[in-house]
Amino acid sequence: MYKTAVLGDRESVLGFMSAGFSVAEADNSEDAARALRRLANEDHAVIFVTEETAAMIPDEIEKYRSKPIPAVILIPGKGGSLGIGMANIKNSVERAVGADILK
Amino acid sequence: MEIRVNPTRMELKRLKTRLATAKRGHKLLKDKRDELMKQFLDLVRENKELRIKVEEGMKEVHVGFTAAAATSSPELLEEAIMLPKRQGELDVGYRNLMSVNVPVFSFDIKDADRAGGVNYGFASTSGELDAAVIRISELMPYMMRLAEVEKSSQLLADEIERTRRRVNALEYIMIPQLETGIKSIIMKLDENERGNTTRLMKVKDMMLKAALESKRADDDIPAEE
Repeated sequence: MYKTAVLGDRESVLGFMSAGFSVAEADNSEDAARALRRLANEDHAVIFVTEETAAMIPDEIEKYRSKPIPAVILIPGKGGSLGIGMANIKNSVERAVGADILK
Repeated sequence: MEIRVNPTRMELKRLKTRLATAKRGHKLLKDKRDELMKQFLDLVRENKELRIKVEEGMKEVHVGFTAAAATSSPELLEEAIMLPKRQGELDVGYRNLMSVNVPVFSFDIKDADRAGGVNYGFASTSGELDAAVIRISELMPYMMRLAEVEKSSQLLADEIERTRRRVNALEYIMIPQLETGIKSIIMKLDENERGNTTRLMKVKDMMLKAALESKRADDDIPAEE
């Protein structure tokens, strides 16, 4: 049985406890990388990461890109959207098509 | 770069077979790439819509929680949401999308109750918290779908990139190489053939000349006697 998790700074992720997510807090890149690895090893199929935290550990997140599980999905943190999630979509379109055709 | 080959008929036949295979593979891969692209574009459009929706929703949730945190003490807040009644359980299946295995997440919420996930006393917490908690549970299906679609589109993007490389390798390297190989063998064989013909003609000339001379010699001898 798989679980879902949220990783980010304390204020952004606390609310997700109410929805039955596993919650991991991280304020710096080391904690974030460790937490992400731990969550991935503990059968979390979907890990939502706040954009602020994800920006600290781009390499760690890239590792999971080509694996079907876990899906590491960026969500906006408490500070609002940074546009990283959208940029990722554009990025994969560019990789696949060779040009950004979504405007 | 070209392939070095022995200019023999056997080698020519082998190269021709390889060329035919390469051309068939190229056509198949091109079809695969086109179909992948079609699927990918559909997915990516849905991905974009879902992301906009989820990001909007998240903004509301954060506003709600910030408001709740402002009106009640952090300990109380944590206590209220720490023990969810609902346990999220996630089932992961796989779907084969153009020979790419993509995950399918089905999230089912146990003990889903009428209050939409609010399972704490209302006395000590603020109304903003209730709203935020309800909003999160409303958002859940979209978040799960977003996870599924975004993962699928990432996996497809990788597969498209790989397929495109293979198509290009076949189209611009493999097939031209085989074609020049075949061409050079044919040229060489033709050249040999021409060389052989001229040699034969030459030999025939020489033989004729020799025959003529010996005949003349034969004719000359009796005349002297």
